Amino acid sequence: MRRSTSEEHELLESGRPRTLGQTLREKPEIPLAILLFVSLVGGWEAAVRLFEIPKIVLPAPSAVGAALWKGMTGDFLMHFGVTFYETIAGFVLGSVTGLVLGALISQFRLLERTLYPYIVAFQTLPKVAIAPIIVIWFGYGVTSKIVITATIAFFPLLANTIVGLRSAPAEQIELMVAFTASRWQVFRLARLPQALPYIFVGLDVAIVLSVIGAIVGEFVGAQAGLGYLILQKNFNMDMAGVFAILIVLSAMGIGLHLLVNAIQRRVVFWMDGSSDRVMGA
Amino acid sequence: MLIDVSGLNKVYRTREGADINALSNVNFSIGEGEFVTVVGPSGCGKSTLLKILAGTLRRTSGQVTMRGAPIDGPSRDVGVVFQAPVLLPWRTVLENVMLPIEIQKRDRLQYTAKARGFLKLVGLEAFEGKYPNELSGGMQQRVGISRALVHDPALLLMDEPFGALDAMTRESMNLELLRIWNESRKTVLLVTHSIPEAVYLADRVIVMSPRPGRISEILKIDLPRPRPLAIINSEAFGRHVVAIRRHFQSLGALDA
Repeated sequence: MRRSTSEEHELLESGRPRTLGQTLREKPEIPLAILLFVSLVGGWEAAVRLFEIPKIVLPAPSAVGAALWKGMTGDFLMHFGVTFYETIAGFVLGSVTGLVLGALISQFRLLERTLYPYIVAFQTLPKVAIAPIIVIWFGYGVTSKIVITATIAFFPLLANTIVGLRSAPAEQIELMVAFTASRWQVFRLARLPQALPYIFVGLDVAIVLSVIGAIVGEFVGAQAGLGYLILQKNFNMDMAGVFAILIVLSAMGIGLHLLVNAIQRRVVFWMDGSSDRVMGA
Repeated sequence: MLIDVSGLNKVYRTREGADINALSNVNFSIGEGEFVTVVGPSGCGKSTLLKILAGTLRRTSGQVTMRGAPIDGPSRDVGVVFQAPVLLPWRTVLENVMLPIEIQKRDRLQYTAKARGFLKLVGLEAFEGKYPNELSGGMQQRVGISRALVHDPALLLMDEPFGALDAMTRESMNLELLRIWNESRKTVLLVTHSIPEAVYLADRVIVMSPRPGRISEILKIDLPRPRPLAIINSEAFGRHVVAIRRHFQSLGALDA
């Protein structure tokens, strides 16, 4: 895999030891981010203690930290596993369906005219509203959560695949046709790679939505999962526990988002041109 | 004759249902190994003509043949270069040049050697592993020319191949194109709207005029070859340019 010039530059740079001042000048966001985090959490802790805010309204960061530690060494992992599985399975099911349908719709006008209106109508339905029906159809286990997640992950892939597969420049297609390319060759050699950046935008949106889908499904009715655990802790007025689960959930979302981005950079390597900044800008 | 065009007409129907004569009664032929340029202002149908020869556009009426066989679709024996290089950004330079080989399912090993040969001919042998976005516009177009030649086509069609390049790059590309033509001995049909470029490159210049698109004159360019760039300043060259420009005096839509 090819390395971008900026990465090469950084590799060369990293050979030399850097002073602290140099690091601060080159990456001013690192100390700033640390400072912001410390002052936010510190201010929060101080406010809770100073104004004696009851912990069922807002738990102190220290209490959230303790709950997080207790959960991680306790039952969080099992529930995390359930929600993670639902998220990934629903994401895969929804995005593969969206990808295949998008590819078919983009290639066949007839399919677009007959099928697309139904898909748009389905998309306008709030998925949260149909979640209870899906739970009744597919039960309280993981299957219903996977189906709910899939219905949410489906559309970003469908829409982006259709736009992406139509994004190849007309001259490019004409050139390939002039070289006697078949319709399938044009699709495989030009349209599909051209669509990849769009498809990855869809995947990125879909993976974050998938976490929401799994949680919504668990809220409606479940026996395990982080969403189920949030409801339980809410009933018990364990606000520190709820906050701790929110941290786990957002870590999962961020991790999956970063994973999709890392795969995107490897697959769509030719789109990386953002490292050159205008001087002074 | 490699290419014979007789009584060619092309009519476009606009959205409003009106007919536009893009080409009207076009007749010419091209011999094997000949370098023919087509010059004319926008809307004279020169690109339409090229697309019909490339087999990507249907003619309305008339005869278009290559070695006696009618051109009714894209042919494996034609190479094309457009104004934009349209390289595939996810393929290396060499992989881009090999595109026609892959499409036409020709022998990969044998033609890889050919592709490298053409890259050497255009001075890009050191760049075969690079990606298009690492190349300048002129270099990209040279890759495009190599791609058009790699499958050893009988006819090379070029639609304003250097139109997007700056004047200096353009001059050196013209010089280079003549060198490539001299070594590969392909038949070339090149469309341009620059009169000096048309004269500099060609054995014959087809002068076209618009509304309806038709041939006003076919000029034989008897300048000796090889032609150095300085030939542009010669009196004989100037005479040809003046003779062509006469056709467009009223239109005022051409370069130089």
